[in-house]
Amino acid sequence: MTRYTSATPDDRAEMLATIGVDSVDELFEQVPDALRLDRPLALPEGMSEADVYERLTALAARNADAEEQVCFVGAGMYDHYVPAIVDAIAQRSEFLTPYTPYQPEISQGGLQVMFEFQTAMSELTALPVSNAGLYEGPSSVASAGYLAMAATGRRRLVVSRGLHPHSRETLATYAVGYGAEVVEVGLNDGATDADELAQAVDGETAAVFLQSPNFLGAIERVEALGASAREHGALLVVACDPMTLGVLKPPGEQGADIALGEGQPLGNRLDFGGPSFGFFCASEELIRRMPGRIAGETDDVDGRRGFVLALQTREQHIRREKATHNICTAQALNALAAMVHLAWLGREGYRELGELLVRRTAYARERLASVEGIELLHGAPVARELAIRVAAPADRVLERCAERGIAAGYPLGRDYPEHEDGLLVAITERRTKAQIDDLVEAIAESVTLFGYTPNNATEGAAR
Amino acid sequence: MNQQDEAVLTIYERSKPGRRAAVLPDAEVPEAPLEELIPAELLREEPPRLPEVSEPEIVRHYNRLSRRNFDLDTGFYPLGSCTMKHNPRLNERVAALPGHARLHPAQDPKRAQGALELMWLLQESLAEICGLPHVSLQPSAGSHGELAGLLLTRAFHADRGEERTKVLAPDTSHGTNPASVTMAGYKAVKVATNERGGVEMDDLRAKIDEDPGDVACLMLTNPNTLGLFDENIAEIAALIHEAGGTLYYDGANLNAVMGHSRPGDMGFDIVHVNLHKSFSQPHGGGGPGAGPIAVSERIEPFLPRPQVVRREDGNGSGPFFDLDLERPKSIGRLRGFQGNFGVFVRSYAYILSLGADGLAEASETAVLNANYLKACLAAGRAGERLPVAFDRHCMHEFVLSGKPMKKELGLATLDLAKRLLDFGFHPPTVYFPLLVEEALMIEPTETETKESLDAFAEAIERILAEAEEDPEVAKQAPYTTPVRRLDEVKATRKPVVRQPLDG
Amino acid sequence: MTLAEPTYPDDLRYHDQHDWARIEGEVATFGITWYAQDSLGEVVFYDPPEAGSTVEKDATYAEVESVKAVSDVIAPLSGEIVEVNEALADAPEKINEDPYGDGWLVKVRLTDPGEAEQLLGAADYVALLG
Repeated sequence: MTRYTSATPDDRAEMLATIGVDSVDELFEQVPDALRLDRPLALPEGMSEADVYERLTALAARNADAEEQVCFVGAGMYDHYVPAIVDAIAQRSEFLTPYTPYQPEISQGGLQVMFEFQTAMSELTALPVSNAGLYEGPSSVASAGYLAMAATGRRRLVVSRGLHPHSRETLATYAVGYGAEVVEVGLNDGATDADELAQAVDGETAAVFLQSPNFLGAIERVEALGASAREHGALLVVACDPMTLGVLKPPGEQGADIALGEGQPLGNRLDFGGPSFGFFCASEELIRRMPGRIAGETDDVDGRRGFVLALQTREQHIRREKATHNICTAQALNALAAMVHLAWLGREGYRELGELLVRRTAYARERLASVEGIELLHGAPVARELAIRVAAPADRVLERCAERGIAAGYPLGRDYPEHEDGLLVAITERRTKAQIDDLVEAIAESVTLFGYTPNNATEGAAR
Repeated sequence: MNQQDEAVLTIYERSKPGRRAAVLPDAEVPEAPLEELIPAELLREEPPRLPEVSEPEIVRHYNRLSRRNFDLDTGFYPLGSCTMKHNPRLNERVAALPGHARLHPAQDPKRAQGALELMWLLQESLAEICGLPHVSLQPSAGSHGELAGLLLTRAFHADRGEERTKVLAPDTSHGTNPASVTMAGYKAVKVATNERGGVEMDDLRAKIDEDPGDVACLMLTNPNTLGLFDENIAEIAALIHEAGGTLYYDGANLNAVMGHSRPGDMGFDIVHVNLHKSFSQPHGGGGPGAGPIAVSERIEPFLPRPQVVRREDGNGSGPFFDLDLERPKSIGRLRGFQGNFGVFVRSYAYILSLGADGLAEASETAVLNANYLKACLAAGRAGERLPVAFDRHCMHEFVLSGKPMKKELGLATLDLAKRLLDFGFHPPTVYFPLLVEEALMIEPTETETKESLDAFAEAIERILAEAEEDPEVAKQAPYTTPVRRLDEVKATRKPVVRQPLDG
Repeated sequence: MTLAEPTYPDDLRYHDQHDWARIEGEVATFGITWYAQDSLGEVVFYDPPEAGSTVEKDATYAEVESVKAVSDVIAPLSGEIVEVNEALADAPEKINEDPYGDGWLVKVRLTDPGEAEQLLGAADYVALLG
């Protein structure tokens, strides 16, 4: 077995003598006999490092990752290129192995990274206050619900169907706990139905939730949609894609009180869904209600510039049952990765990347729409992800594409039954024109093979 | 500008217009003006003011910053209840395999069998370690697991047509416990601690008897935050179950009992495990971690969705691992996709490495190390000035009280902690649990050598001796760290939480 | 700068949860005692209740925060809040510097002046601190 302990029999003898007992068993006497496990754990014996490596490699080999299949799947997590310096920096012992900066004098590295990260996210969203990160996107949405209820004293949360299904589901789960009433507003041609939204918002509404681009890829008219929230004194919460904020108008410039979302595209790998981080930014008035850690700048006794965890009285370790949130361990290393990635992209590069995504997505959209048997799901403008409908069973299309080495998209039918045979196709800077052309060809071929013909029409309808 | 001042420039202050690191691919597609693709009113006018630096500058900047951190790979980090044990680098290597790192979470399960099987195997391992049959890996951290446990409790009671409003927790509980209670819509009720350091049984009975049908849950950790195993746990479990409530285990202190005792056997219904504590996931400066939950049979129906399951494949080609979404009584989702998979890889590698024998040995050594350090300290000046709060064998951690030190030497626990920084140690947890005056909570973990523990005891001895001569030295400490004591009042009165960047 | 020495003026009435009342006819001024501000440390934030709201004897009506702690402020007497000390928003440290003067928290029109009999005089309050 592998051990990371060092105590030799001599060490143990010395230590037991100092303690004044004959065996370690005596130290466990405080555990009642009836509760002492009288057998070894029913787990395999420990293995050598080399053997563990083989075992894990064998498991990894049974996954079709983005090196094996060209990845056009998005739905909140994207196959971006993460530059090598992110790994180099995030793997440094000094960032990897400490814990939360409770002793700021020896945590200036981590605290300054948080400060820089907070600045970056504030810039991206155009809201003045950012925290140092939450777990990921969907639970950040749920956290915003909790904040909105505390801030307004109201219980109603109005949520667009354009929000990521996981966000809506997570919010529903949390709402059972903190006692919110969640009302969903539908979409119209891919975007939130403005009339339905206006009718749903009232004087009991704590917050209105929008996502832009929304789950179907549509860029929402946030400013206009947010009018009813403002009118009724409800908070406007906007979930957004951090890779598109270089080109799209940020929530802070569209009347949002809170901007948040899934941070994975910045500096973090796909990792089968985690760990990543959630970003959470807000207006100045909400600073004392913010969840999570916040780094603040100050001076030391000698006048040196330094950073500390600020406004700790919001947090669970001080405020306990009245804390703004229960979060303790968050995703600090993932936020560091994001900061390094943003520094690497830089002001110009970040904007250029956004433009590249928009242009390639436009190209993909145009090519797909020109194929017989593929139609666009909606006419709303898109940024880096688009929704199509195929005239064939979507699962068979995806399977065929997979056989050709392409993960063609995310099937929409499960989460949006009204979009049976809908597919969500995501573009990153790694998806070349050639790959896009291959995708179009592969989907076109699949539609031809499995498409709903007059004979197949009944089969399709029966699904 | 000297080295010291240079280091604190932010990445923004180092920026110069026109500098950049990234080179992006050519568009390769028609470069239409953006306004033709997206309406102008939806476009951003001014790009966000991100840094403008070259790659060498980025590397140098963050390297310099890293050296302003103390970390576990460098030195002793005895934070109580955080279990700062060694982070094996093998785990980083396997987590980085492309089959793990570049796998999309929405990949078809049949093309993610390695990942799903790993999750299932981890679930099975945690079930065995905890003594509870059903595990969900979804929660992202301990707090998240606590919230999950309370929502499961709520669903459990609702399913039986009951509405209960109170959750009990000891006054020694971690702050996340009551915070989670409120988020789950319950009222937090404190239970007292007795002179042995365990739950005050009369107070527990009284709090339950007030209205047994209103007690939803009791949240405990065992051993508790004093490092003591509650000998009454069986009776506590019986009392709560008799009243119809659930018993929740905060797994922060699991490192004391792996392979020796199991929370499931103690009577707990729901357990969360901190993978970044007992299972070696690096702490990352504040995450990522994971807080999987293990539950009893009667709680299983309410587990979050999706749940990783193993199906026996009908046509004999072996088991199939799947994400089960058909869970009619599930509390639903707690987050996106299926959890912090990268953390699961590392923890599973750790469990494989140690195995049944290694895990038991880890706990045993953790308990040995803690008792040894406690004895060393008691034999020195700390015996008088920093006595242990509860004078009995501890488990994996122990709590000292700085009350005599404060009274006799004028030194607060905070001052001792700051002076320890000059000696090259991360201080223990301070001022927690609240029950102990001037508390110092010490958890060495099993991966420290005897010499490391001796050195720490020696440092405490020297600091106390120094304070007997001149307490001012510690009160003005630290002296040798990148910054000295910071003005936290200023930081909180007028918070500056981002770089202005104007002008 | 804080009041270095413990001070407990004789003309005030004290609540055992470390709050004082200066009673002037039907209106009383409330605040926290020297002991309370000393235990709390440097005050960084005071979240006042709204004028017009009611306070109940022995119940919490506000919170005072230092960097590392939050303290509930208990009403020594019952009544309706007629004035709130707005100056504390920008200068919460007045609570430390002058807890009985500029550091006053609220002024209340009493609904049951008889409650004052349950409060302690300065000497009894000091004795309580032990």
